[in-house]
Amino acid sequence: MECCNKRRMMKESPESNFMNRRGSSCFPDEVLERVIGMLKSRKDRSSVSLVCKEWYNAERWSRRNVFIGNCYSVSPEILTRRFPNIRSVTLKGKPRFSDFNLVPANWGADIHFWLVVFAEKYPFLEELRLKRMTVTDESLKFLARSFPNFKAISLQNCDGFSTDGLAAIAADCKNLTELDIQENVIDDKNDNWLTCFPESFTSLEVLNFSILHNDVNFDALEKLVTRCKSLKTLKLNKSITLEQLQRLLFRAPQLCELGTGSFSQELTTQQYTELEGAFSNCKNLNTLSGLWVVTPQYLPVLYPACANLTFLNFSYAPLDSDDIAKLLVHCANIRRLWVVDTIEDKGLEAVGTHCPLLEELRVFPADPFAEGDARGVTDSGFIAVSQGCRNLHYVLYFCRHMTNAAVATVVQNCPDFTHFRLCIMNPGQPDYRTSEPMDEAFGAVVKTCSKLQRLAISGLLTDLTFEYIGKYAKNLETLSVAFAGSSDWGMQCVLEGCPKLRKLEIRDCPFGNAALLSGLEKYESMRSLWMSDCKVTMNGCRLLAKEMPRLNVEVIKEDGSDDSQAERVYVYRSVAGPRRDAPPFVLTL
Amino acid sequence: MARKGLGFEITELRLGLPGEPKSLVSTNKNEKKRMFSEIDDNGEKEKKSNTGGNLKTTESKAQVVGWPPVCSYRKKNSMNEATKMYVKVSMDGAPFLRKIDLGMHKGYSELALALEKLFGCYGMGEALKDPENCEHVPIYEDKEGDWMLVGDVPWEMFMESCKRLRIMKRSDAWQIEKTYIEIDEIKEKNV
Repeated sequence: MECCNKRRMMKESPESNFMNRRGSSCFPDEVLERVIGMLKSRKDRSSVSLVCKEWYNAERWSRRNVFIGNCYSVSPEILTRRFPNIRSVTLKGKPRFSDFNLVPANWGADIHFWLVVFAEKYPFLEELRLKRMTVTDESLKFLARSFPNFKAISLQNCDGFSTDGLAAIAADCKNLTELDIQENVIDDKNDNWLTCFPESFTSLEVLNFSILHNDVNFDALEKLVTRCKSLKTLKLNKSITLEQLQRLLFRAPQLCELGTGSFSQELTTQQYTELEGAFSNCKNLNTLSGLWVVTPQYLPVLYPACANLTFLNFSYAPLDSDDIAKLLVHCANIRRLWVVDTIEDKGLEAVGTHCPLLEELRVFPADPFAEGDARGVTDSGFIAVSQGCRNLHYVLYFCRHMTNAAVATVVQNCPDFTHFRLCIMNPGQPDYRTSEPMDEAFGAVVKTCSKLQRLAISGLLTDLTFEYIGKYAKNLETLSVAFAGSSDWGMQCVLEGCPKLRKLEIRDCPFGNAALLSGLEKYESMRSLWMSDCKVTMNGCRLLAKEMPRLNVEVIKEDGSDDSQAERVYVYRSVAGPRRDAPPFVLTL
Repeated sequence: MARKGLGFEITELRLGLPGEPKSLVSTNKNEKKRMFSEIDDNGEKEKKSNTGGNLKTTESKAQVVGWPPVCSYRKKNSMNEATKMYVKVSMDGAPFLRKIDLGMHKGYSELALALEKLFGCYGMGEALKDPENCEHVPIYEDKEGDWMLVGDVPWEMFMESCKRLRIMKRSDAWQIEKTYIEIDEIKEKNV
């Protein structure tokens, strides 16, 4: 060991000066651990662990949080062996395209065997954050019994559980501070899970049950909110009425993040005034979401609370341009805005006018499958926002058509994009003014936005787009591609040209084995590759698997499909070897 | 080691038209598909394009699995009052068709209940779990124009691809299948 040798050498040399000694060996382990323990950034910790064995050990003993971007890249045994003192685990499971039904049910990413290992190795586990994992009620019950210090659970895009699981968490996690259930597929059994929080329980700080569709026991909720004085985040579901909302706000004026229930109910003047009063009492509100169904006449009750808002999530509230404009007048401090395209270009103009500090904009389609003369947002709305919001660095934009010129203007106005996700909803849609491919649009994005980390492309695109990406997008980490490209060359450009690429997800593109295999050297430096409905064959996948034994090359097979084609391919690096829990339709090559 | 070539293939017993070197399994599946589409009353067949992708063209518009990339949870919840997923439901023996809003239901069991209420045909829930043994079998026409048994794919996928529903009498289904098998056996004999 280099450090030890240095120490010995220096002791022996009479000229050695204490102050001149280099290397970590002059610090006792505890001090080293303490110092390294202060590092929060994952990347820093990763770098530090590579310096020498002592630093590696100090890092692993002092680490409290671990983030695993692909649950199959490592096993719980390997994890717990390396990091013995973890308090918080974040795990992501299924490939992102599972959000769009491209991954069959029962694919995997089940949390259970992780929990079993954690129960033994991390009995002091406090936090669990899961995304796209399968979580059963049995797992939630197991969790609730196994970790006496458990504090926070966050489940995003997960499936497999019901409100029974929530009831178990509520009943048994005495120190719970956070229960955050977002966008999951959950079986809402319409039972009284909320009543399972004991009367003595007061530690809750975050409660998000906005995805449940049934009524909750309001009485229990009100009592819970009243006694949890530290409650900062409360996200209600649609069943909560305006009147009930007012009562809750009255109990919890300290809230920082609020997700309302439905915003439509017949209110008397008295009730309206009370509701308005409740909102003006919430001096700390920085995040607002919910609304669901909206009676626009009641939106003004929000105005008193808008001045301090930094994040407005109206992505489930189909407002029109007038309503959003009137609201945004009061929202000068907004940094993040999520809306539905019912606000149309006129609504986006209001955004540009009233929200100069905007950094992130997401525009979701109200009606993704609409035919004929469907409205929504267009290139002019996009330009309007970019003109008014020069700090914009994150955009997710669903539209029906776009022009190359508009995108070029947008990035000229806002050159600091780190995340640029443009979804032109008609596959293969060209520039609607010139009928040309949209290559120049994305060319402009990658040429102008040198900090670009994430890119999603759409529209009619040839290999030229990929040439641009490979040539200019040197900081690109995530790329999502659909219905694009002309030949293998396109994918090759990206694999050879983007040094920081970590995640590549491709669907319905004419990329075949040559493209797949051109990334042979690359995939070990990436988290994963997804290719579905491209031109890759089983033989191509087998060759990849053979050449790169440290990659898991998985093919998802559908019934009745052509045996030689590999319709859905998922390739990822792993130190855990092939999956032991793969269902029959997942072939590991 | 079997000798490849015309000799063995001709003597091989298969279901299906001679000369098609398909495996037994896939031929059966094609048979089943054919069976339901043959009994399609209005006779309008959609064009199926065999592209490498999931892009299947229907008469009206290209609709693709998982596109646009709006996650299923968001799609479900962004449905406001105006956008509903009404599909026609026909039942063998019933004089009128009905319409049902798929968006109103959160899963197959709810759908089964709704169908039972509409037509008074009980046992729909069981039919979804065990199609072999029930009197009525729910089938649906997907975007490609094929008639499929309800219940195989995840609910969200079903909602996206279902164009209309039909409640078939089990006895009819077997009768038709039997007829096709008989026809093919006759064709085989005559080769």
